[in-house]
Amino acid sequence: MAELLFWPALLAYGEAAFAYAGNARRPGLAGHAGTWGVRLGWLAQTSLLVVQAVSADGFPWDTWAGSLNLFVWLVVGAYLIWGCRARYRLLGLAVMPLAAALLVAARVGGGTAGHVRSRYPDVFLVLHVGLVLAAFAGFTLAASLSALYLWQERRLKGRRPAALLGRAPALATLDRIAAKTVLVALPALTAGIVAGFVRLRSEGGGFDALMAVTLLTWLVYAAFLLVRFELGWRGRRAAYLLLAGFALVVVARLGLPLTHFS
Amino acid sequence: MTLLLVGLSHRVAPVELRERVALAGERAADLVRALAGESGEAVCLSTCNRTELYVVGPDAEERAVGALAGIAALGEDDLRGVAYRLDDEAAALHLFRVAAGLDSMVPGEGEILGQVRSAYEAGVTGPLLDRLFRQALHAGKRVRSQTAIGESPASVPSAAAALAEQLFGELAGCSVLLVGAGKIGELAARAVAARGARLALVANRSPEKAADVARRFGAEPISLDGLAAALAYVDVVVSSTSAPGYVLERDAVTRALAARKGRPLFLIDIAVPRDLDPAIHDLDGCYLYDIDDLEAVVADSLVGRLKEASRAEAIVVDEAEGFREWLASRGVVPEIASLRARAEEIRAGELDRARGTLARLSERERLAVESLTSQIVNKLLHLPTVRMKEAAAGAEGASYAHTVRHLFGLGEEER
Repeated sequence: MAELLFWPALLAYGEAAFAYAGNARRPGLAGHAGTWGVRLGWLAQTSLLVVQAVSADGFPWDTWAGSLNLFVWLVVGAYLIWGCRARYRLLGLAVMPLAAALLVAARVGGGTAGHVRSRYPDVFLVLHVGLVLAAFAGFTLAASLSALYLWQERRLKGRRPAALLGRAPALATLDRIAAKTVLVALPALTAGIVAGFVRLRSEGGGFDALMAVTLLTWLVYAAFLLVRFELGWRGRRAAYLLLAGFALVVVARLGLPLTHFS
Repeated sequence: MTLLLVGLSHRVAPVELRERVALAGERAADLVRALAGESGEAVCLSTCNRTELYVVGPDAEERAVGALAGIAALGEDDLRGVAYRLDDEAAALHLFRVAAGLDSMVPGEGEILGQVRSAYEAGVTGPLLDRLFRQALHAGKRVRSQTAIGESPASVPSAAAALAEQLFGELAGCSVLLVGAGKIGELAARAVAARGARLALVANRSPEKAADVARRFGAEPISLDGLAAALAYVDVVVSSTSAPGYVLERDAVTRALAARKGRPLFLIDIAVPRDLDPAIHDLDGCYLYDIDDLEAVVADSLVGRLKEASRAEAIVVDEAEGFREWLASRGVVPEIASLRARAEEIRAGELDRARGTLARLSERERLAVESLTSQIVNKLLHLPTVRMKEAAAGAEGASYAHTVRHLFGLGEEER
C-alpha cells in the first residue's frame, strides 16, 4: 500500500516542478497546474506517512531514508502554507524539484516502505527527531526565501526593467516571511535539542560532532533573531546569515547517516 | 433585430473631433433614451479616446448617424467618411476588444473595463445589449486574469509606483516625501499614494509653494535643509526640483540610514538635471531610479504588453464566437415559440375534450393529469429545441427552421 502511494506523490511533485518551470517562462495556467501538483502530491505523501505509521512497529522514520521522507513532507507542508499564492510560485521552482529529488533518494534508501520495525523505543528520541526535522524544514524554507530575496534584490539593484514584469514577491515580504519562519522553527529546534538531552541523560551516551553542529545551528539562528528584531538587521545581511545557517543544516542532514543511523 | 455600432475613436478621428462628440453623464443618458425610443435598445460608450453608439431597433443606422453627426456639428455624409459602422458579430467583436483594452492607446490599460461597465449601467438595454455587454465585461475580466497584459506599468508615474510595490509589497503604511513641485513628480507621488501610501512630507525651496502642495495632499511642509533628517521617517522619496545640482548627497543618506534600522529606502529622481546623487543607489538598502530607468521600465513593459496581446486576442475571439452562437440561436426563437405554442394548444385541446371523463376525478388527480401532460410535452420538445439552437449557430439553421415549420405546420393555422 505504501509503495502504491509513493508514485502519485512523486508524480505530483515532479509535475509541480515542471509546471513551475513553465510558469516562470509564461505565467498563467502552468502555475495553477503546479499548485495543484503540490497539493495533490502532499496529500498522497500524507497518506503514505499515515499508512507507514499505522503499519509500523513504533516510530517508522528512524532510518536516514525514512527521516528524509518525513523531512520532504514537512518542507512541502510548510511551503503549502503560503506557497499557493501566485507570487510565491517562483519559490516552488526551487522547492519542488528538491522535494521530488529527496523523495526519490528516500525511496532508494527504503524510507518509503511500509511495515518497518522501529529501533526507537524511546519517546524522547522520537520527539527529538520529529522536532529537529520540523525545524530543519522551516530553515530550508527560510533559506529558499533568502535566496529568492538576493536574486530579486540583485535585479532591482541592477535596474533591470524585466524585474518589474516578473511575479516575484516584494523584497520586504520575503524578508518578513523568512524571519517569521525562523521565529517558528527555532523553538521547535530548541524543544528537539532539549528532548535529545533528556534522552542522553537517561540513556547515557557521548557528545558527538552532529550534536555540536546542531547546537551551532541553533546559535546561528538565535543570533539571527537577535540581530533581526533587536538591531534591525534586514535585507541582504539577514539573507546571508540565514544562508549561513542553512549551510549548517545541510551539514547536519549529511552528518546524520554517519552517526545516528550507522 | 440587428445590432449596430457607429463610432469614432483615436484610430480614425483627431482629438479636435473626439472632444466634440465626448458625452458625459446626463447628456449620454439623454442620448441613449432618445435612440432607444419605445422598444429599442441603446448604449453610449464615451471616453477620452472614443464615442461609440450601440443601437438595436428599427432605423438604427439613420438614427445613430444622425445623432452623432448632430453632436459633432458635421453633415451626415461627412460623419460617415470618418466614423466606423459595424453590424452584429463584427460589432460584438469590436466591443470585446475594447473591453479587453486591445483597442486602447496603451494595450491592456485597465480603466476601459470600468468605463464599459458604466456605459452598460447607464444604457437602455434589452435582451441583446444586455447579453452583449455582460459578455464584453466577462471577456475583459478573462483577459486580465488569464494574461499578463495589464500587469506592467504603462507610464512613468505607474512605473514608480510598481517599483515601490516590488520593494515594499503593500504600500499601506509607507510614507512618501515629495521634493520639489514638478508636475511629473507630483503625479508619481499621487500614483504611489493611490496604492495606499501616505504622502507625509513636502519639501521645496520656496516655503509658500511647499505649504501650498502640502495642503492639497494633507501633508506637512518642510524646508530643503530638513531633507536629510526627514529620511529617517519616510520610505519613498520622489524628487523633481529644478535645482542645478544634487539636493541630496550620498553622505547625507548614509548618515540617515543609521536611524532607519535596516528599513529600505526607495528614491525616485524625475528631475533633469538630477536631484539625487546616483551613488546613493550603491548603499545597502537604498534603491534609486532616475527618469531614464523609469522610462526603460515603461518601454519594456509596453513590449511585454504587445506580446500578451496575441493571447488576449484569442480569448476575445473565443468570447465573440460564443456571442455569435447565441445571436444565431435567436434566429430560431420564433419557430421554437410557435412549436411550443402549438404543442400547448394541442395539450389544452385534448384536456378540454376529455373534460367529461376528468370531471369524475378528484381535484388532486386532475392536477396530476395536467402535470403529466405538461411533462410529456416538455420532454418531447426539449431535444428538438436544443438541436434547433445548435443548428442555428451553424450554416444549416435556416433549413432546420424551415423543416420544423413544414413538419409541424407552423404558421398554417389561417389556411
